[in-house]
Amino acid sequence: MTYIAKPRVDHPGLTRNALGMTRRDYEGALSTLCAGCGHDSVTAAIVRACWEMALPPHRVVKLSGIGCSSKTPAYFLSQSHGINTVHGRMPSVATGAAAANRQLTFMGISGDGDSLSIGLGQFCHAMRRNVRMLYIIENNGVYGLTKGQFSASADIGSKAKKGEINMQPPIDPVLTALTAGATFVARSFSGDKEQLVPLIKAGLSHDGFALIDVLSPCVTFNDHEDSTKSYAFSRQFYHPAVHTDFVAPAEEIRARYDEGASMELELHDGSHLALRKVEPEYDPTDRDGAFVKIHERIQAGEWLTGLLYVETGREEMHGLNNTVHDPLATLPFSALCPGAETLDRTLARYR
Amino acid sequence: MPRQATPERVNDFTLKLANVNGTGSASANGLLMKSFFRMGIPVAGKNYFPSNIQGLPTWYEIRVSREGHRARSGRIDLMVAMNAQTYSQDLLELAPGGYLLYDSTWPRPHVLSRDDITVLGVPFAQMCNEHFEGARTRILMKNMVYVGSLAALLDIDMAVIERLAQDNFGKRPGLVEANMKAIRMGWDYAKENFQCPLPLRVSPMQATEGMIMIDGNTAAGLGCVYAGATVGAWYPITPSTSLMDAYRSFCARFRADPESRERRYCVIQAEDEMAAIGMVLGASWAGARAFTPTSGPGISLMSEFIGYGYFTEIPAVIFDVQRVGPSTGLPTRTQQGDITLAAYASHGDTRHPVLFPSDPTECFDMAVQAFDLAERLQTPVFVLSDLDIGMNDWMCRAPRWDDAYTPDRGKVLSAVELERIEKFRRYADDDGDGIPWRSLPGTHPKGAYFTRGSGHNEAAGYTEDAGEYERLMQRLARKFATAASLVPAAVMHQAGRKTRLGLISIGSCDDAVSEARGRLSAEGIHSNYMRIRAFPFGPEVQAFLDNHEQLFVIEQNRDGQLRTLLINECDIDGRRLESIRHFDGLPMAAAPLVSAIRERLRKGAAA
Repeated sequence: MTYIAKPRVDHPGLTRNALGMTRRDYEGALSTLCAGCGHDSVTAAIVRACWEMALPPHRVVKLSGIGCSSKTPAYFLSQSHGINTVHGRMPSVATGAAAANRQLTFMGISGDGDSLSIGLGQFCHAMRRNVRMLYIIENNGVYGLTKGQFSASADIGSKAKKGEINMQPPIDPVLTALTAGATFVARSFSGDKEQLVPLIKAGLSHDGFALIDVLSPCVTFNDHEDSTKSYAFSRQFYHPAVHTDFVAPAEEIRARYDEGASMELELHDGSHLALRKVEPEYDPTDRDGAFVKIHERIQAGEWLTGLLYVETGREEMHGLNNTVHDPLATLPFSALCPGAETLDRTLARYR
Repeated sequence: MPRQATPERVNDFTLKLANVNGTGSASANGLLMKSFFRMGIPVAGKNYFPSNIQGLPTWYEIRVSREGHRARSGRIDLMVAMNAQTYSQDLLELAPGGYLLYDSTWPRPHVLSRDDITVLGVPFAQMCNEHFEGARTRILMKNMVYVGSLAALLDIDMAVIERLAQDNFGKRPGLVEANMKAIRMGWDYAKENFQCPLPLRVSPMQATEGMIMIDGNTAAGLGCVYAGATVGAWYPITPSTSLMDAYRSFCARFRADPESRERRYCVIQAEDEMAAIGMVLGASWAGARAFTPTSGPGISLMSEFIGYGYFTEIPAVIFDVQRVGPSTGLPTRTQQGDITLAAYASHGDTRHPVLFPSDPTECFDMAVQAFDLAERLQTPVFVLSDLDIGMNDWMCRAPRWDDAYTPDRGKVLSAVELERIEKFRRYADDDGDGIPWRSLPGTHPKGAYFTRGSGHNEAAGYTEDAGEYERLMQRLARKFATAASLVPAAVMHQAGRKTRLGLISIGSCDDAVSEARGRLSAEGIHSNYMRIRAFPFGPEVQAFLDNHEQLFVIEQNRDGQLRTLLINECDIDGRRLESIRHFDGLPMAAAPLVSAIRERLRKGAAA
């Protein structure tokens, strides 16, 4: 495999966003994943979300760990800095990068292998710190790159391609995120762009840690009849709880919702989230309630999807630290070094 | 028993205080040491403490040395035996002709005696029980009573002690008064009951001007502030924790807006060392000066990321305050056991610049140098301190700062430069020094590239191409050769006359080696001495090896790690490098070195 540069052909007819950029400007290198991989659909949803939001690509940072999912940042936003870290430890690199420059937009792409086994600790602690970033888990229940071992999100009873049956309970990233204190928790399906794109936009605008667990079937190792993360299973047992619409700060709210069945949330940048409740009694601002509902659906063999929990009032990492507004990385040296006279005065106390 | 025969030892003796940890002895012992220092007398303090919070034995050794020696002396002239549990051991450690001060509130078992020392009993506990209320106060004040008795016995200036008490407890006037009351009680008792001062005593000097007493971790933390580091990430581990404590408290003083309290720094307590180094790499990749303090076990955990930083060329500054290994080892004892670990950390072909400070002044200076090197070379850089330097208070030259200093941020392309270039090639050796240009996120769309720990070509694209991989590895080797010209050179001490004998050492061995050299030269054994300050080695190291017939490598570990590194990296036959190794966890003393070198030379001459 080599780095493949896509031929750049801009059709005059392509729609341009507020920055005058077309969707092509948000694409990356050609994907080297298997044909039909759910991850490629997520990539396409990210491209669309960033284009629609008119994010300046060079102000976005893409991060990932190791695995099939972690290869995908090469396939979108070629004008953004990207960093493919070590296995399971992207959250710490993201935390450090966000500490250095709080003014960039951070987007982490991980997988169930990367986040729920080797990286479970870092995943939880980044949520606990409420690092401002969008964190997408492309969840297929399987280790693809090493040819089909179970991951920690594989359900009890799911069967590997070679016939082995998983008997250990899964770790659900959504329930884990609710427990670890994440302030934005969503689940979606790689095949549902109508749901996924608004969620990505909302996550990118969230002032804190935003998790989207995306069920993303592995066509090669986990798309067979006995898998609970196959296309067929996901489509059949897919259960939207809340339909999300994202409205950027400058746009007027065009979407219409039935009174009583919708609610609106304002995000830190002035954008709005309009949430239409598919389940009448679902309240996405109630952490305990969300936990119960999600758990109930899991017991029933269904995936509850949509924006499942959101909390907009809590301080993100820099708020908690009371860091200056300007990026630490670009502060002038004069603002950092106390100088010779202060050193002498300070050291006089050690005489 | 009278000990009139004891010769006078003015400003040249060692006292050791045996205490129970968690009883407040540390502040009393610190005050005692500082009183010698304030009298202008060179002094060195070593704290031997347990990995424990309360109840286990702890010792504090203070060497008063008019010659200015800072290493352990290797002999104890005065023992303050405050811990019944270690009494018999402490008694045995005392040199013949020495003095033992103990709490005579309770009778000493008859068997615990020696007829070649002088025993001085003061009823410390009884005096405190009579004059202070509350169990806690009584325990704390006992320490101050022995300070008072020692002041009388050793002829310490009471005015100096009083000023120190003011400095230490001045914020709470009641505390100054109580402490001074205890000190005077001890002083009065000694004056009334013993012939003061002892032949072992101090006399004012003027040998500490321009010096301060500071520990290496505090100095290194201050160095990070001065270097302009803005992101610190760490996981608590002895003996490195106080480095981040220092950084944080200096930042609170110098880097917080007086009104809004907004911080121009961000300290993150990580979930483990792997996360700590990940945060440092993330922050450095995004353009901040970032660092992590840790100790050996932390380096083991960080190794994967250190190799990643080497291969992806991201700056990082790692302070390894070494403790005794392997494994958990002796967490509160000192060693130089991470030399080869730091030099070659991580799988595959990896090599890292390492700086070796020998005292707190160098901890400050090298903290600043480490950031310059890390950013210039775009690679993780180690500062290899140890528990002795990091946690003990050292008398040392006060670090100086030049306001003309500007940090070397290395080869970073600005937005204007990126705009001008045709295509940014992150890993191209444009200047022939092996160091590529980098861009920071958020600067310019043309600076975008994909950082990866997998194979990459000059344009930062993924590759498994044999030629591209080999070229990358060769460039990294070239970069390391460049590093050898940038790191601090070895310090050379010449014998002042022709000699074939060369001593090589590193870090906190320095004082013991220097003292040993002086003693050996008085015996007619003259040596040149090279103190290595950095890896990779500069050309001066090879020259020193070439110019001496007989070479001793002196270090604090079992396996001769510095020697291994010299054999590995220089052109030298290992048989020419004799090894002297000290690795019991205590700081090195001069005396065993003197005898080891003398002995080896005699054997060599006989052979």
